[in-house]
Amino acid sequence: MSDRATLPSPEADPSADLAGAPAIRNFTMNFGPQHPAAHGVMRLVLEMDGEIIERADPHIGLLHRGTEKLIEYKTYLQAIPYFDRLDYVSPMCQEHCFALAVEKLLGITPPPRAQYIRVLFAEITRILNHLLNICAFGLDVGAITPFLWGFEERERLMEFYERASGARLHANYFRPGGVHMDLPPGLTDDIAAFCETFPKTVEDIERLLTDNRIFKQRTVDIGVISAKDAMDWGFSGPMLRGSGVAWDLRRAQPYDVYDQIEFDVPIGLNGDCWDRYLVRLEEMRQSLRIIKQCLAQMPAGPIKVNDRKVAPPPRAEMKQSMEALIHHFKLYTEGYHVPEGETYTAVEAPKGEFGVYLVADGTNRPYRCKIRAPGFAFLQATDFMSRGHMLADVVAIIGSMDIVFGEIDR
Amino acid sequence: MDEKLKALADYFAAALPGAVTSSEIRHGELACRIEPGALLRVLGFLRDDRRCRFTVLCDICGVDYPDRARRFDVVYNLLSMSLNQRIRLKLETDEETPVASAVGLFSCAGWWEREAWDLFGIYFNDNPDLRRILTDYGFEGHPLRKDFPLTGYVELKYDEDQKRVVYEPVKLKQEFRSFDFLSPWEGMDKILPGDEKASAPDEVPPAGAPGTAP
Repeated sequence: MSDRATLPSPEADPSADLAGAPAIRNFTMNFGPQHPAAHGVMRLVLEMDGEIIERADPHIGLLHRGTEKLIEYKTYLQAIPYFDRLDYVSPMCQEHCFALAVEKLLGITPPPRAQYIRVLFAEITRILNHLLNICAFGLDVGAITPFLWGFEERERLMEFYERASGARLHANYFRPGGVHMDLPPGLTDDIAAFCETFPKTVEDIERLLTDNRIFKQRTVDIGVISAKDAMDWGFSGPMLRGSGVAWDLRRAQPYDVYDQIEFDVPIGLNGDCWDRYLVRLEEMRQSLRIIKQCLAQMPAGPIKVNDRKVAPPPRAEMKQSMEALIHHFKLYTEGYHVPEGETYTAVEAPKGEFGVYLVADGTNRPYRCKIRAPGFAFLQATDFMSRGHMLADVVAIIGSMDIVFGEIDR
Repeated sequence: MDEKLKALADYFAAALPGAVTSSEIRHGELACRIEPGALLRVLGFLRDDRRCRFTVLCDICGVDYPDRARRFDVVYNLLSMSLNQRIRLKLETDEETPVASAVGLFSCAGWWEREAWDLFGIYFNDNPDLRRILTDYGFEGHPLRKDFPLTGYVELKYDEDQKRVVYEPVKLKQEFRSFDFLSPWEGMDKILPGDEKASAPDEVPPAGAPGTAP
């Protein structure tokens, strides 16, 4: 960068020889790896010209745990908990993807009730994720209150998680062939009650943020990305819809019962941080619509396939039947053998297109399981999106990307 | 759905003679094997052709088959929003043969290629920034290769004397246990101890004749 910045500043030592003045080098700054606005452990090396970003180089991998390698050494059933731990803000959506991929290779379809339960919890997960993102985004640009309100609601949603699966975060609830257990009595009523009170919270958050002058100053026209660039950079989810592309896998390539459910796909106009925030806000309302429809339409019936080679027998049956006991034992030690084949299955996770490229070789363990994380593509575009912006805008851009390092580093 | 994919496969195989070696449709997904040299031609065609418009590159990844002559598969997953279809391109390569980088066509290819380089050691020509991405600074080896052990070779710990983290050779408290669940009735190719005598009786030296083997 020797071609720029040779003008001496007024404070420069007047005795210095101006002709031989040293060329001013760009300032390189480390953002992270422990910066609260980096949303995890990311080291961002910023090359700055004063307050302006010249180049941003994200260093990732600080949370790399070798998930893909580990999955190659585990049975299909043992692989599911790893998916909870990828994007730990939206665990069930990722289990959903893996379950769908394995089901595709096995050629099984879960019963309708299981599909409704999955969609119901996928949408609860979407609200969980968007609440965290919107509120943390607000926090990043200076608004503390939405964070506190949002987390109260998140707590209530995680209680639903706990009642269905036994765990607040790492649910391990969706399984190839259905879900692990049926919903406990009373849970659907409580979710319905939540649907009545939650719109008030969204309204409150919206009143605090949407037309807030400071929030708008920090987000409007910041990190603008056109629809063409967004596709070029492999964007998906709210990042792509914020730029005006009406693309939603739930609508375009529906899985489970999404094709029987009505919802709208909100899109942005300008592709800036504010639009992405608005898209997420509206998606929470749409998720509520989906949840209500799921509750209304959900049939009674079994919650996993009636194939003992894939799904374990009920606990009570095991006390009576030797066959059931053997099946249970074989499933939880050896697991099931998935026929040779490969698939790329993607779902609309809250952050965007979450895909699993699964190669099965006929044994009880995946031969290769590549995880396509939406955030990986977003973060890659940090350099493209933040060039020419101020340092403080990088925080807003990263906040609007909805970055979680569990899924990026894997 | 499958007919549409078939038509698409035929269309672009005809438009790019010699580039596509085989294509198959399974589980409603189209997968094509292509010549490594024709990669950029195929990607460019798929992206720009009016009847394809595969404008989004979802993913690039490697798969390792150590028994093959060219051990790696490089897999490209593309999405066309106008057709609402996906396509998967696969090509073979090995440790030495570089693959052409797709960064010129899809900006997002950069990091996927870095990842494939980091985890498999697949080299991409003309990638402007082919550094390691997921593993630690100064990491050695390519961890997703099948011959890389699950536990790795080194472990990291904080050294109280040197007051910094240091790498040490990995020490396992318990031996790594890998269970073989392939059933002997379902085509197991591993020979159980003792079974080799049954299959090759001629090789076994006769009892009571020591010193006949060199």
